[in-house]
Amino acid sequence: MVRFVLTRLLRALITIAAVVTFAFIVLRMSGDPAQVMLGPDVPQEAVEAFRHAWGLDRPLWIQYLAYVKSIFTGDFGVSMRDKAPAIDLVLERVPATLQLTIPALILKLLIGVPAGVYAALHRQSFADRGVILMAILGFTIPSFVMGLILMLVFSVMLGVLPSGGQDTWMHGILPTITMSIGGIGILARFSRSAMIEVMGQPFIRTASAKGVKWHDVVWGHALPNAAIPIVTIVGFMVGSLIAGAVVVESIFSWPGIGRLLVVSVTNRDLAVVQCILLIIAAAMVVSNLIVDLLYGWLDPRLRARLAH
Amino acid sequence: MKPLIEARNLVRIYEMRKKLFGDALPVRAVDGVSLSVLPGETLGIVGESGSGKSTLGRMLLGIDPAQAGDVLFEGRPMPTPHSAEWRALRARMQLVYQDPLAALDRRLTIAAQIGEPLEIHRIGSREDRAARVRELMAAVGLRLDQAGRYPHELSGGQRQRAVIARALAAGPSLLVCDEPVSALDVSIQAQVVNMLRDLQEKNDIAMVFISHDLKVVRNIADRVAVMYLGKLVEEGSSDTIFRTPHHPYTQALVSSVPVPGKRLQGRVILQGEPPNPAARPSGCAFHPRCPLASGICRTKTPELRRIEAGRTAACHALTGDGAMAA
Amino acid sequence: MSSADLTDTRPTPHPAFAFVARLRRQVPLSVGLGVLWLAAMVLVAASADLLRPYGITVMDLTSRLAPPGSPGHWLGTDELGRDVLSRLIQSIRVSLVIAFGATIISAVFGTALGFAAAQFRGVVEHLVLVLADFQAALPFLIMSLAVLAFFGSSMTLLVCLMGFYGWERYARIARGLAISASAQGYAASVVQLGATPARVYFRHILPNVASTLIVSMTLTFPEIILMESGLSFLGLGVQPPETSLGNMVGFGREYLTTAPWIMLAPAAVIMLTTLSISLVGDWLRDKLDPTIR
Repeated sequence: MVRFVLTRLLRALITIAAVVTFAFIVLRMSGDPAQVMLGPDVPQEAVEAFRHAWGLDRPLWIQYLAYVKSIFTGDFGVSMRDKAPAIDLVLERVPATLQLTIPALILKLLIGVPAGVYAALHRQSFADRGVILMAILGFTIPSFVMGLILMLVFSVMLGVLPSGGQDTWMHGILPTITMSIGGIGILARFSRSAMIEVMGQPFIRTASAKGVKWHDVVWGHALPNAAIPIVTIVGFMVGSLIAGAVVVESIFSWPGIGRLLVVSVTNRDLAVVQCILLIIAAAMVVSNLIVDLLYGWLDPRLRARLAH
Repeated sequence: MKPLIEARNLVRIYEMRKKLFGDALPVRAVDGVSLSVLPGETLGIVGESGSGKSTLGRMLLGIDPAQAGDVLFEGRPMPTPHSAEWRALRARMQLVYQDPLAALDRRLTIAAQIGEPLEIHRIGSREDRAARVRELMAAVGLRLDQAGRYPHELSGGQRQRAVIARALAAGPSLLVCDEPVSALDVSIQAQVVNMLRDLQEKNDIAMVFISHDLKVVRNIADRVAVMYLGKLVEEGSSDTIFRTPHHPYTQALVSSVPVPGKRLQGRVILQGEPPNPAARPSGCAFHPRCPLASGICRTKTPELRRIEAGRTAACHALTGDGAMAA
Repeated sequence: MSSADLTDTRPTPHPAFAFVARLRRQVPLSVGLGVLWLAAMVLVAASADLLRPYGITVMDLTSRLAPPGSPGHWLGTDELGRDVLSRLIQSIRVSLVIAFGATIISAVFGTALGFAAAQFRGVVEHLVLVLADFQAALPFLIMSLAVLAFFGSSMTLLVCLMGFYGWERYARIARGLAISASAQGYAASVVQLGATPARVYFRHILPNVASTLIVSMTLTFPEIILMESGLSFLGLGVQPPETSLGNMVGFGREYLTTAPWIMLAPAAVIMLTTLSISLVGDWLRDKLDPTIR
């Protein structure tokens, strides 16, 4: 059991180390940041001074070590644009993003999974077809289109919801809905097929043949088994949540880290980009780790094997 | 006559993990086996599962590497597995498996697969190859109109015939057959075995026939070698082994072969656990189950020694060492 | 009684009708429509130069923000007077070319790595698996944004970047199937015939693996379209003067209220295309996998 946890932890650490190295390599390979920042017709001495100020003229591996050290001390550099520490800029926007992503995740779970399960239990009914249709629409309509359409309908035509900014809680409704719709569709479709597969297994037939009440067959036997693949998918969705936040925040001018990322990329503000990249990577690795451990605990076969 | 293929003191060791967190346990699948096969001769190798006979067959072909000992083919040592030389040598020696369905690619017609060795070894022109495929199909008893069929469209016996035809395509001088008929119906078994014998005689092919089924081996082999837990325990001509088995293990095996029309009598029933290569008994590996076991059998491993003309056996009781007190 | 020659006196249907009838039985309507739409899109992409009524940068300043149905501009014009239909046609070509190129790059790259992992095992396999984990760990959008930030958005870079999308899926599939192929025996028996590893992979393993890989490609293709559209929408993908579907939606965003057609036309194309490919891909997968009910 300990070995299982340790190997997962080790893999997580290796992944984080890989991301850090990746960020560093990409950063340095992309050309001279000083040149980029300052523009082409700046005199050479100014460029040199800038480079020296940012430590860009030391040997590469020294830069790498300094980089790693600075990451661990929480120093991600200073935003080239705002002259403020990158980490502060990022951290102050994290709550805003969480305000969207957490309700979106909850919505996806609360609506997506039951819809999928219901559809699986009532095959060929209107509800089933309806769920499939909504699911398909959910994942083929890109989030930016969905966001714009919702904005068009609710802000412009109906005027009931605001379209930008973060002033009141009403402002969060459209972004959250936009973020969840795609995921609800995917989750519903996936829960449906996972449930269908479980229900088709011989042990379900045996259970109902034994006389177990249908209600108990579903809740006691089918759902726990279907939960395993569903949990894995939910784990993957955390990643897409963050990606979704990028687009949605840009559309609705929501001041979260997604929007900050886009702005920084457009402005080539590399310190901030790095910082966001690493924070997101860390969040992903942690959530994957949690899902891995959860998976190991949920699946009794794994649990039994690990107990030796 | 010089032997076509000769194995000297072959040893093959697997590393087997007992538990997820346990230490690696070395398993001696083949433990010091020497034998030779003359051109055109059929050597039968019999034993239970776990005796190492399949591994031995693969080592003879050079598919499995030997941890000790060597194999000489036509007097030359076997090249490293999967090297270019080894690949070229495949035209001279082939393996016929137990499960023909697994050995065939389900996406290709059997004619394409039978002709594949000709393509690989670049034998003959396009027309020559097509003619040869037809020739081979006729030789194994497949109808020409089956050429365009896929493996899953044929019966088990037909598939095995296709596999044999493919093995013979490049004209090998050695055929190693590893339980080639065990997966087939009994009635088909006889047909395929007879076909193998005819093909062998017509093309002067040496054969190593590995099986746990003594009835079949008796039918086709000139000489028989009996294996137990990685070692040879007895070797001799097919007739003499079956008529007068000497080694206690061979006696037990032979006594279990039913003879049509007669009741089974004098069957030797072995006590003890079936052989487990991972937990090899000390001394003579057979001693826990041997009715003739004595003290020396527990401590000293018997060597394969000549007990008559053309017969060798590894048993203390046979070679007179059993006279030592327990 | 001679042979039972009960001659069928009905006229034999024209082979074309028989084919269509068989098709209608085997293929659901939605999938059929999907295939038709995709064929249309491919046709448009291939003959974009011929179909375009105007160049994509041609500005007709006299009729800016003209609604669809205006004379000479079937889908209207945008704020600079550029014909929406022409830009749409060109965008279809650009987006499809990028998605197609990226899918192929990713499939070839992923399959090759998967086969390498299966063939060489050991260190190579560990390396490939670690890379695959790494790829799966980060959301692709975030990673692309980072790369684009550092390297800028040229077309070749974009295609190469998109080419990294989903390679790990092909790698895992290829590796798994290659390993089971060797274990299963048909690959092992061809090796034993004396075939070189190249022959084993190209003549035997790849054809057996191809159908699963192709289904995987149909599933990744729409995701790449969405990914590229998203990046272009944010202004970081395809850069002007080139135009792509996402690009057009991004530009049309400002005129959402006044001229929604600028945004709706490309959005509709994106949706219908991804929908079609998903339907066709799902159907293909169900057809090829007998275990799914």
